[in-house]
Amino acid sequence: MIRLNGVFKQFGNLEVLKDISLHVREGEKITIIGPSGSGKSTLIRCINALEMPTSGEVFLNGEPLLASNRTGMVRMYCAMVFQQFNLYPHMTAMQNITLAPVKLQKKSKTEAEELAWHYLDVVGLRDKANAYPSTLSGGQQQRIAIARALATRQKILLFDEPTSALDPEMVQEVLDVMIRLSKESITMIVVTHEMGFARQVADRVIFLDNGVLVEEAPPQDFFANPKNERTRAFLSKILH
Amino acid sequence: MGGPFSLRRWARLFADYTLFLEGLGVTLLVAVLALFLALVLGVIFGLFSTSSFKSLRAVSRVYVEFFQNTPLVIQIFFVYNALPYIGIRMHEFLIGVLCVGVYHGAYVAEVVRAGITSIPKGQWEAARSQGFSYVQAMQYIILPQTVTIVLPPLGNQAVNLIKNTSVLALIAGGDLMYRADSWASNGTLSYGPAYVVTGALYFLLCFPLVKWVRAHELRIKDRDTRQHAAARAGA
Repeated sequence: MIRLNGVFKQFGNLEVLKDISLHVREGEKITIIGPSGSGKSTLIRCINALEMPTSGEVFLNGEPLLASNRTGMVRMYCAMVFQQFNLYPHMTAMQNITLAPVKLQKKSKTEAEELAWHYLDVVGLRDKANAYPSTLSGGQQQRIAIARALATRQKILLFDEPTSALDPEMVQEVLDVMIRLSKESITMIVVTHEMGFARQVADRVIFLDNGVLVEEAPPQDFFANPKNERTRAFLSKILH
Repeated sequence: MGGPFSLRRWARLFADYTLFLEGLGVTLLVAVLALFLALVLGVIFGLFSTSSFKSLRAVSRVYVEFFQNTPLVIQIFFVYNALPYIGIRMHEFLIGVLCVGVYHGAYVAEVVRAGITSIPKGQWEAARSQGFSYVQAMQYIILPQTVTIVLPPLGNQAVNLIKNTSVLALIAGGDLMYRADSWASNGTLSYGPAYVVTGALYFLLCFPLVKWVRAHELRIKDRDTRQHAAARAGA
Protein backbone atom coordinates (compact mmCIF):
# COMPACT_ATOMS: atom_id res chain seq x y z
CA MET A 1 0.00 0.00 0.00
CA ILE A 2 2.77 2.44 0.98
CA ARG A 3 6.36 2.15 -0.10
CA LEU A 4 9.22 4.51 0.68
CA ASN A 5 12.49 4.06 -1.21
CA GLY A 6 15.58 5.77 0.13
CA VAL A 7 13.77 8.90 1.29
CA PHE A 8 15.90 11.84 2.37
CA LYS A 9 14.48 15.12 3.62
CA GLN A 10 16.44 18.26 4.28
CA PHE A 11 15.29 21.59 5.70
CA GLY A 12 18.07 23.96 4.75
CA ASN A 13 21.20 22.34 6.14
CA LEU A 14 19.29 20.17 8.55
CA GLU A 15 18.96 16.56 7.48
CA VAL A 16 15.70 15.37 9.01
CA LEU A 17 15.27 12.02 7.27
CA LYS A 18 18.17 9.87 6.16
CA ASP A 19 17.65 7.07 3.71
CA ILE A 20 14.29 5.82 4.96
CA SER A 21 12.94 2.74 3.24
CA LEU A 22 9.68 1.28 4.41
CA HIS A 23 6.95 -0.95 3.10
CA VAL A 24 3.48 -0.95 4.64
CA ARG A 25 0.95 -3.55 3.54
CA GLU A 26 -2.72 -2.80 3.12
CA GLY A 27 -4.53 -2.95 6.46
CA GLU A 28 -1.34 -2.93 8.50
CA LYS A 29 -1.14 -0.89 11.71
CA ILE A 30 2.19 0.80 12.23
CA THR A 31 3.28 2.96 15.12
CA ILE A 32 6.29 5.19 14.83
CA ILE A 33 8.08 6.15 18.02
CA GLY A 34 11.27 8.03 18.80
CA PRO A 35 12.63 11.09 20.59
CA SER A 36 11.29 14.50 19.62
CA GLY A 37 13.09 15.88 16.61
CA SER A 38 13.83 12.41 15.29
CA GLY A 39 11.82 13.01 12.10
CA LYS A 40 8.69 10.99 12.92
CA SER A 41 6.24 13.69 11.89
CA THR A 42 8.22 14.56 8.79
CA LEU A 43 8.15 10.91 7.81
CA ILE A 44 4.36 10.61 7.82
CA ARG A 45 4.02 14.07 6.28
CA CYS A 46 6.01 12.71 3.34
CA ILE A 47 3.32 10.07 2.86
CA ASN A 48 0.57 12.61 2.23
CA ALA A 49 2.75 15.17 0.45
CA LEU A 50 2.63 17.83 3.16
CA GLU A 51 6.38 17.50 2.70
CA MET A 52 8.07 16.40 -0.50
CA PRO A 53 11.24 14.32 -0.06
CA THR A 54 14.51 15.98 -1.05
CA SER A 55 15.40 12.70 -2.73
CA GLY A 56 13.98 9.20 -2.81
CA GLU A 57 10.54 7.99 -3.79
CA VAL A 58 7.16 7.47 -2.18
CA PHE A 59 4.61 5.11 -3.73
CA LEU A 60 0.96 4.85 -2.77
CA ASN A 61 -0.79 1.77 -4.11
CA GLY A 62 2.07 1.34 -6.60
CA GLU A 63 1.80 4.88 -8.00
CA PRO A 64 4.63 7.36 -7.46
CA LEU A 65 3.69 10.41 -5.37
CA LEU A 66 4.96 13.49 -7.21
CA ALA A 67 4.64 17.24 -6.88
CA SER A 68 2.53 17.15 -10.03
CA ASN A 69 -0.02 14.57 -8.84
CA ARG A 70 0.01 15.13 -5.10
CA THR A 71 -3.41 16.75 -4.73
CA GLY A 72 -5.12 13.94 -6.62
CA MET A 73 -3.13 11.18 -4.90
CA VAL A 74 -3.82 12.54 -1.43
CA ARG A 75 -7.49 12.98 -2.31
CA MET A 76 -7.64 9.35 -3.40
CA TYR A 77 -5.70 7.58 -0.65
CA CYS A 78 -4.91 9.57 2.47
CA ALA A 79 -6.51 11.18 5.48
CA MET A 80 -4.69 12.70 8.42
CA VAL A 81 -5.34 13.46 12.07
CA PHE A 82 -3.18 16.24 13.50
CA GLN A 83 -1.74 16.96 16.90
CA GLN A 84 -3.55 20.32 16.99
CA PHE A 85 -6.81 18.87 15.55
CA ASN A 86 -6.99 21.59 12.86
CA LEU A 87 -10.75 21.53 12.62
CA TYR A 88 -12.22 24.30 10.46
CA PRO A 89 -13.37 26.79 13.11
CA HIS A 90 -15.99 28.49 10.94
CA MET A 91 -17.89 25.24 10.43
CA THR A 92 -19.92 22.99 12.71
CA ALA A 93 -18.74 19.45 13.41
CA MET A 94 -21.17 18.20 10.76
CA GLN A 95 -19.89 20.70 8.18
CA ASN A 96 -16.29 19.80 9.00
CA ILE A 97 -17.04 16.16 8.34
CA THR A 98 -19.10 16.58 5.17
CA LEU A 99 -16.97 19.23 3.41
CA ALA A 100 -14.54 16.88 1.65
CA PRO A 101 -17.12 14.18 0.78
CA VAL A 102 -19.37 16.81 -0.82
CA LYS A 103 -16.78 19.02 -2.50
CA LEU A 104 -14.15 16.46 -3.45
CA GLN A 105 -15.97 13.16 -3.71
CA LYS A 106 -19.10 14.67 -5.23
CA LYS A 107 -21.42 12.98 -2.80
CA SER A 108 -24.88 14.47 -2.29
CA LYS A 109 -25.43 16.39 0.92
CA THR A 110 -27.83 13.73 2.24
CA GLU A 111 -25.40 10.93 1.46
CA ALA A 112 -22.51 12.79 3.11
CA GLU A 113 -24.60 13.52 6.17
CA GLU A 114 -25.59 9.88 6.54
CA LEU A 115 -21.90 8.99 6.47
CA ALA A 116 -21.20 11.74 8.97
CA TRP A 117 -23.86 10.47 11.39
CA HIS A 118 -22.33 7.03 11.15
CA TYR A 119 -18.85 8.27 11.99
CA LEU A 120 -20.16 10.60 14.70
CA ASP A 121 -21.52 7.43 16.29
CA VAL A 122 -18.15 5.72 15.84
CA VAL A 123 -16.46 8.50 17.83
CA GLY A 124 -19.44 8.79 20.21
CA LEU A 125 -20.31 12.44 19.50
CA ARG A 126 -23.68 12.29 17.77
CA ASP A 127 -24.99 15.03 20.06
CA LYS A 128 -22.22 17.44 18.98
CA ALA A 129 -23.09 17.47 15.28
CA ASN A 130 -24.11 21.12 15.29
CA ALA A 131 -21.45 22.36 17.70
CA TYR A 132 -18.63 24.63 16.58
CA PRO A 133 -15.11 23.38 17.34
CA SER A 134 -14.33 26.19 19.79
CA THR A 135 -17.18 25.03 22.03
CA LEU A 136 -15.76 21.49 22.27
CA SER A 137 -13.09 20.16 24.60
CA GLY A 138 -9.75 19.07 23.15
CA GLY A 139 -10.68 15.40 23.34
CA GLN A 140 -13.99 16.04 21.60
CA GLN A 141 -12.30 18.12 18.90
CA GLN A 142 -9.85 15.35 18.20
CA ARG A 143 -12.65 12.77 17.97
CA ILE A 144 -14.48 15.03 15.48
CA ALA A 145 -11.21 15.32 13.56
CA ILE A 146 -11.02 11.53 13.46
CA ALA A 147 -14.61 11.35 12.20
CA ARG A 148 -13.70 13.91 9.54
CA ALA A 149 -10.75 11.79 8.45
CA LEU A 150 -12.85 8.60 8.43
CA ALA A 151 -15.73 10.11 6.45
CA THR A 152 -13.61 10.31 3.31
CA ARG A 153 -13.17 6.51 3.58
CA GLN A 154 -9.55 6.61 2.51
CA LYS A 155 -7.42 3.50 2.67
CA ILE A 156 -4.61 5.22 4.54
CA LEU A 157 -5.14 7.00 7.84
CA LEU A 158 -2.21 8.94 9.26
CA PHE A 159 -2.06 10.10 12.88
CA ASP A 160 0.50 12.74 13.85
CA GLU A 161 0.79 12.57 17.65
CA PRO A 162 -3.00 12.67 18.07
CA THR A 163 -2.97 12.75 21.87
CA SER A 164 0.07 14.95 22.55
CA ALA A 165 -1.87 18.23 22.77
CA LEU A 166 -4.58 16.82 25.03
CA ASP A 167 -5.08 17.23 28.75
CA PRO A 168 -4.24 13.90 30.42
CA GLU A 169 -7.84 13.07 31.30
CA MET A 170 -8.85 13.27 27.64
CA VAL A 171 -6.15 11.04 26.22
CA GLN A 172 -8.01 7.82 26.84
CA GLU A 173 -11.24 8.79 25.07
CA VAL A 174 -9.23 9.43 21.90
CA LEU A 175 -7.13 6.29 22.28
CA ASP A 176 -10.29 4.23 22.76
CA VAL A 177 -11.61 5.44 19.41
CA MET A 178 -8.28 4.61 17.76
CA ILE A 179 -8.20 1.15 19.30
CA ARG A 180 -11.69 0.49 17.92
CA LEU A 181 -10.52 1.66 14.49
CA SER A 182 -7.54 -0.65 14.57
CA LYS A 183 -9.95 -3.58 14.26
CA GLU A 184 -10.96 -2.31 10.79
CA SER A 185 -9.22 -3.04 7.51
CA ILE A 186 -7.88 0.50 7.20
CA THR A 187 -4.11 1.07 6.93
CA MET A 188 -3.00 3.10 9.94
CA ILE A 189 0.29 4.81 10.64
CA VAL A 190 0.44 6.43 14.06
CA VAL A 191 3.19 8.67 15.38
CA THR A 192 2.79 8.47 19.12
CA HIS A 193 4.35 8.58 22.55
CA GLU A 194 1.68 6.24 23.93
CA MET A 195 3.62 3.03 24.40
CA GLY A 196 0.61 1.16 25.77
CA PHE A 197 -1.27 1.95 22.58
CA ALA A 198 1.70 0.93 20.42
CA ARG A 199 1.95 -2.37 22.27
CA GLN A 200 -1.78 -3.04 22.03
CA VAL A 201 -2.66 -2.22 18.42
CA ALA A 202 0.49 -2.18 16.29
CA ASP A 203 1.43 -4.91 13.87
CA ARG A 204 4.85 -3.33 13.75
CA VAL A 205 6.63 -0.69 15.79
CA ILE A 206 9.17 1.52 14.09
CA PHE A 207 11.84 3.36 16.02
CA LEU A 208 13.25 6.50 14.47
CA ASP A 209 16.25 8.30 15.92
CA ASN A 210 17.98 11.33 14.45
CA GLY A 211 16.33 10.76 11.06
CA VAL A 212 17.40 7.14 10.80
CA LEU A 213 15.08 4.15 10.89
CA VAL A 214 16.88 2.28 13.65
CA GLU A 215 14.66 -0.68 14.32
CA GLU A 216 11.35 -2.20 13.29
CA ALA A 217 9.69 -5.21 14.85
CA PRO A 218 6.33 -6.55 16.04
CA PRO A 219 5.53 -4.94 19.40
CA GLN A 220 6.11 -8.04 21.52
CA ASP A 221 9.68 -8.37 20.19
CA PHE A 222 10.25 -4.66 20.05
CA PHE A 223 9.43 -3.95 23.67
CA ALA A 224 10.66 -7.23 25.20
CA ASN A 225 13.74 -7.69 23.17
CA PRO A 226 15.04 -4.55 21.42
CA LYS A 227 18.11 -5.32 19.35
CA ASN A 228 19.62 -1.91 18.85
CA GLU A 229 21.52 -0.06 21.56
CA ARG A 230 19.74 3.24 20.82
CA THR A 231 16.32 1.59 21.02
CA ARG A 232 17.22 0.12 24.40
CA ALA A 233 18.42 3.49 25.67
CA PHE A 234 15.21 5.18 24.48
CA LEU A 235 12.91 2.53 25.93
CA SER A 236 14.68 2.54 29.28
CA LYS A 237 14.03 6.27 29.50
CA ILE A 238 10.30 6.08 28.85
CA LEU A 239 9.26 2.70 30.31
CA HIS A 240 9.55 2.73 34.05
CA MET B 1 -23.11 92.10 5.21
CA GLY B 2 -22.88 90.28 8.55
CA GLY B 3 -20.33 87.69 9.61
CA PRO B 4 -19.28 84.54 7.74
CA PHE B 5 -22.17 82.64 9.33
CA SER B 6 -24.86 85.28 8.98
CA LEU B 7 -28.44 84.16 8.48
CA ARG B 8 -28.41 85.56 4.96
CA ARG B 9 -25.63 83.19 3.96
CA TRP B 10 -27.48 80.20 5.39
CA ALA B 11 -30.60 81.23 3.53
CA ARG B 12 -28.73 81.32 0.21
CA LEU B 13 -27.30 77.89 0.87
CA PHE B 14 -30.66 76.34 1.57
CA ALA B 15 -32.08 77.99 -1.53
CA ASP B 16 -29.37 76.25 -3.59
CA TYR B 17 -29.48 72.93 -1.70
CA THR B 18 -30.10 70.81 -4.84
CA LEU B 19 -26.57 71.69 -5.94
CA PHE B 20 -25.19 70.14 -2.80
CA LEU B 21 -27.37 67.08 -3.21
CA GLU B 22 -26.09 66.59 -6.75
CA GLY B 23 -22.54 66.81 -5.44
CA LEU B 24 -23.36 64.31 -2.74
CA GLY B 25 -24.72 61.94 -5.40
CA VAL B 26 -21.51 62.19 -7.43
CA THR B 27 -19.40 61.63 -4.31
CA LEU B 28 -21.43 58.58 -3.37
CA LEU B 29 -21.24 57.11 -6.85
CA VAL B 30 -17.47 57.68 -7.10
CA ALA B 31 -17.02 56.17 -3.63
CA VAL B 32 -19.07 53.06 -4.37
CA LEU B 33 -17.38 52.39 -7.71
CA ALA B 34 -13.90 53.14 -6.35
CA LEU B 35 -14.54 50.90 -3.35
CA PHE B 36 -15.57 48.08 -5.66
CA LEU B 37 -12.40 48.57 -7.73
CA ALA B 38 -10.29 48.74 -4.57
CA LEU B 39 -11.78 45.48 -3.28
CA VAL B 40 -11.20 43.66 -6.55
CA LEU B 41 -7.60 44.89 -6.81
CA GLY B 42 -7.02 44.34 -3.10
CA VAL B 43 -8.14 40.71 -3.18
CA ILE B 44 -6.12 39.96 -6.33
CA PHE B 45 -2.91 41.59 -5.08
CA GLY B 46 -3.49 40.33 -1.54
CA LEU B 47 -3.63 36.79 -2.91
CA PHE B 48 -0.53 37.51 -5.02
CA SER B 49 1.41 38.57 -1.95
CA THR B 50 0.66 35.29 -0.18
CA SER B 51 1.41 33.20 -3.26
CA SER B 52 4.31 30.76 -3.38
CA PHE B 53 5.43 32.34 -6.69
CA LYS B 54 8.13 34.91 -6.14
CA SER B 55 7.21 36.90 -9.25
CA LEU B 56 3.60 37.37 -8.12
CA ARG B 57 4.78 38.46 -4.69
CA ALA B 58 7.15 40.96 -6.32
CA VAL B 59 4.41 42.42 -8.55
CA SER B 60 2.17 42.87 -5.53
CA ARG B 61 4.98 44.46 -3.50
CA VAL B 62 5.73 47.04 -6.20
CA TYR B 63 2.05 47.95 -6.57
CA VAL B 64 1.50 48.32 -2.83
CA GLU B 65 4.68 50.28 -2.11
CA PHE B 66 4.22 52.61 -5.08
CA PHE B 67 0.68 53.65 -4.22
CA GLN B 68 1.12 53.71 -0.46
CA ASN B 69 4.18 55.93 -0.62
CA THR B 70 3.07 58.60 -3.07
CA PRO B 71 0.28 61.13 -2.42
CA LEU B 72 -3.09 60.53 -4.02
CA VAL B 73 -3.08 64.18 -5.15
CA ILE B 74 0.00 63.66 -7.30
CA GLN B 75 -1.49 60.53 -8.80
CA ILE B 76 -4.69 62.33 -9.72
CA PHE B 77 -2.88 65.42 -11.07
CA PHE B 78 -0.63 63.17 -13.12
CA VAL B 79 -3.57 61.43 -14.74
CA TYR B 80 -5.49 64.67 -15.24
CA ASN B 81 -2.69 66.98 -16.39
CA ALA B 82 0.14 64.79 -17.71
CA LEU B 83 -1.53 61.85 -19.40
CA PRO B 84 -3.39 64.03 -21.97
CA TYR B 85 0.04 64.83 -23.48
CA ILE B 86 0.33 61.23 -24.54
CA GLY B 87 -3.21 61.20 -25.78
CA ILE B 88 -4.92 59.67 -22.75
CA ARG B 89 -7.89 61.81 -21.85
CA MET B 90 -10.53 60.69 -19.40
CA HIS B 91 -13.62 62.22 -17.87
CA GLU B 92 -13.01 63.62 -14.38
CA PHE B 93 -15.51 61.19 -12.93
CA LEU B 94 -13.63 58.21 -14.39
CA ILE B 95 -10.30 59.63 -13.21
CA GLY B 96 -11.75 59.87 -9.71
CA VAL B 97 -12.97 56.27 -9.69
CA LEU B 98 -9.70 54.93 -11.13
CA CYS B 99 -7.28 56.93 -9.01
CA VAL B 100 -9.11 56.57 -5.70
CA GLY B 101 -9.84 52.88 -6.43
CA VAL B 102 -6.26 52.01 -7.39
CA TYR B 103 -4.83 54.00 -4.48
CA HIS B 104 -7.02 52.28 -1.88
CA GLY B 105 -6.61 48.93 -3.60
CA ALA B 106 -3.03 49.00 -2.35
CA TYR B 107 -4.23 49.40 1.24
CA VAL B 108 -6.90 46.73 0.81
CA ALA B 109 -4.22 44.36 -0.57
CA GLU B 110 -2.27 44.80 2.67
CA VAL B 111 -5.40 44.15 4.73
CA VAL B 112 -6.15 40.99 2.73
CA ARG B 113 -2.54 39.80 3.00
CA ALA B 114 -2.52 40.30 6.76
CA GLY B 115 -5.86 38.51 7.05
CA ILE B 116 -4.72 35.48 5.09
CA THR B 117 -1.40 35.17 6.89
CA SER B 118 -3.20 35.35 10.26
CA ILE B 119 -4.94 32.03 9.52
CA PRO B 120 -2.94 29.28 11.30
CA LYS B 121 -0.80 27.05 9.09
CA GLY B 122 -2.69 24.03 10.41
CA GLN B 123 -5.75 25.11 8.43
CA TRP B 124 -3.80 24.88 5.20
CA GLU B 125 -2.38 21.54 6.19
CA ALA B 126 -5.78 20.14 7.11
CA ALA B 127 -7.14 21.28 3.75
CA ARG B 128 -4.18 19.92 1.80
CA SER B 129 -4.30 16.66 3.74
CA GLN B 130 -7.89 16.18 2.58
CA GLY B 131 -6.88 16.72 -1.04
CA PHE B 132 -8.16 20.25 -1.54
CA SER B 133 -6.29 22.17 -4.23
CA TYR B 134 -4.87 25.63 -3.49
CA VAL B 135 -7.91 27.35 -4.99
CA GLN B 136 -10.39 25.09 -3.18
CA ALA B 137 -8.57 25.52 0.13
CA MET B 138 -8.75 29.30 -0.35
CA GLN B 139 -12.38 29.20 -1.35
CA TYR B 140 -13.81 26.87 1.32
CA ILE B 141 -11.43 27.15 4.23
CA ILE B 142 -9.06 30.13 4.25
CA LEU B 143 -11.02 33.06 2.76
CA PRO B 144 -14.25 32.47 4.75
CA GLN B 145 -12.18 32.69 7.93
CA THR B 146 -10.33 35.74 6.60
CA VAL B 147 -13.51 37.72 5.88
CA THR B 148 -14.52 38.09 9.54
CA ILE B 149 -11.03 39.23 10.45
CA VAL B 150 -10.63 41.79 7.68
CA LEU B 151 -14.07 43.41 7.88
CA PRO B 152 -13.11 46.03 10.51
CA PRO B 153 -9.93 47.21 8.73
CA LEU B 154 -11.85 47.18 5.44
CA GLY B 155 -14.52 49.40 7.02
CA ASN B 156 -11.80 51.84 8.02
CA GLN B 157 -10.51 51.79 4.45
CA ALA B 158 -14.01 52.54 3.17
CA VAL B 159 -14.20 55.58 5.45
CA ASN B 160 -10.83 56.87 4.26
CA LEU B 161 -11.87 56.24 0.70
CA ILE B 162 -15.07 58.26 1.03
CA LYS B 163 -13.13 61.20 2.45
CA ASN B 164 -10.43 60.90 -0.18
CA THR B 165 -12.94 61.24 -3.03
CA SER B 166 -12.81 64.93 -2.12
CA VAL B 167 -9.54 65.22 -4.07
CA LEU B 168 -11.82 65.31 -7.09
CA ALA B 169 -12.50 68.94 -6.17
CA LEU B 170 -8.95 69.70 -7.33
CA ILE B 171 -9.74 68.65 -10.88
CA ALA B 172 -13.28 70.06 -11.01
CA GLY B 173 -14.75 66.62 -10.60
CA GLY B 174 -18.31 67.68 -9.77
CA ASP B 175 -18.28 65.95 -6.40
CA LEU B 176 -19.65 67.29 -3.13
CA MET B 177 -16.48 69.13 -2.14
CA TYR B 178 -16.14 70.71 -5.56
CA ARG B 179 -19.78 71.83 -5.67
CA ALA B 180 -19.55 73.37 -2.23
CA ASP B 181 -16.31 75.17 -3.01
CA SER B 182 -17.42 76.55 -6.34
CA TRP B 183 -20.79 77.56 -4.99
CA ALA B 184 -19.10 79.48 -2.19
CA SER B 185 -16.46 81.14 -4.32
CA ASN B 186 -18.71 82.09 -7.25
CA GLY B 187 -20.42 85.20 -6.00
CA THR B 188 -21.99 83.94 -2.77
CA LEU B 189 -18.77 84.04 -0.71
CA SER B 190 -20.61 81.93 1.90
CA TYR B 191 -17.63 79.70 2.64
CA GLY B 192 -18.57 79.17 6.27
CA PRO B 193 -21.99 77.57 5.82
CA ALA B 194 -20.83 75.75 2.67
CA TYR B 195 -17.95 73.99 4.40
CA VAL B 196 -19.92 73.28 7.56
CA VAL B 197 -22.76 71.66 5.63
CA THR B 198 -20.36 69.75 3.42
CA GLY B 199 -18.41 68.50 6.41
CA ALA B 200 -21.64 67.42 8.04
CA LEU B 201 -22.62 65.47 4.93
CA TYR B 202 -19.26 63.62 4.85
CA PHE B 203 -19.70 62.94 8.55
CA LEU B 204 -23.14 61.46 7.93
CA LEU B 205 -21.63 59.08 5.36
CA CYS B 206 -18.66 58.03 7.45
CA PHE B 207 -19.91 57.96 11.02
CA PRO B 208 -22.32 55.00 10.61
CA LEU B 209 -19.50 53.00 9.00
CA VAL B 210 -17.15 53.75 11.87
CA LYS B 211 -19.86 52.79 14.36
CA TRP B 212 -20.46 49.55 12.53
CA VAL B 213 -16.73 48.73 12.50
CA ARG B 214 -16.53 49.20 16.27
CA ALA B 215 -19.62 47.10 16.88
CA HIS B 216 -18.26 44.33 14.66
CA GLU B 217 -14.92 44.34 16.47
CA LEU B 218 -16.72 44.03 19.80
CA ARG B 219 -18.86 41.18 18.46
CA ILE B 220 -15.75 39.25 17.40
CA LYS B 221 -14.05 39.87 20.73
CA ASP B 222 -17.19 38.90 22.61
CA ARG B 223 -17.65 35.73 20.55
CA ASP B 224 -14.04 34.68 21.13
CA THR B 225 -14.34 35.18 24.88
CA ARG B 226 -17.58 33.24 25.04
CA GLN B 227 -16.15 30.39 22.98
CA HIS B 228 -13.04 30.14 25.11
CA ALA B 229 -15.19 30.09 28.22
CA ALA B 230 -17.35 27.36 26.73
CA ALA B 231 -14.29 25.33 25.73
CA ARG B 232 -12.96 25.57 29.26
CA ALA B 233 -16.31 24.61 30.75
CA GLY B 234 -16.50 21.66 28.37
CA ALA B 235 -13.00 20.57 29.33
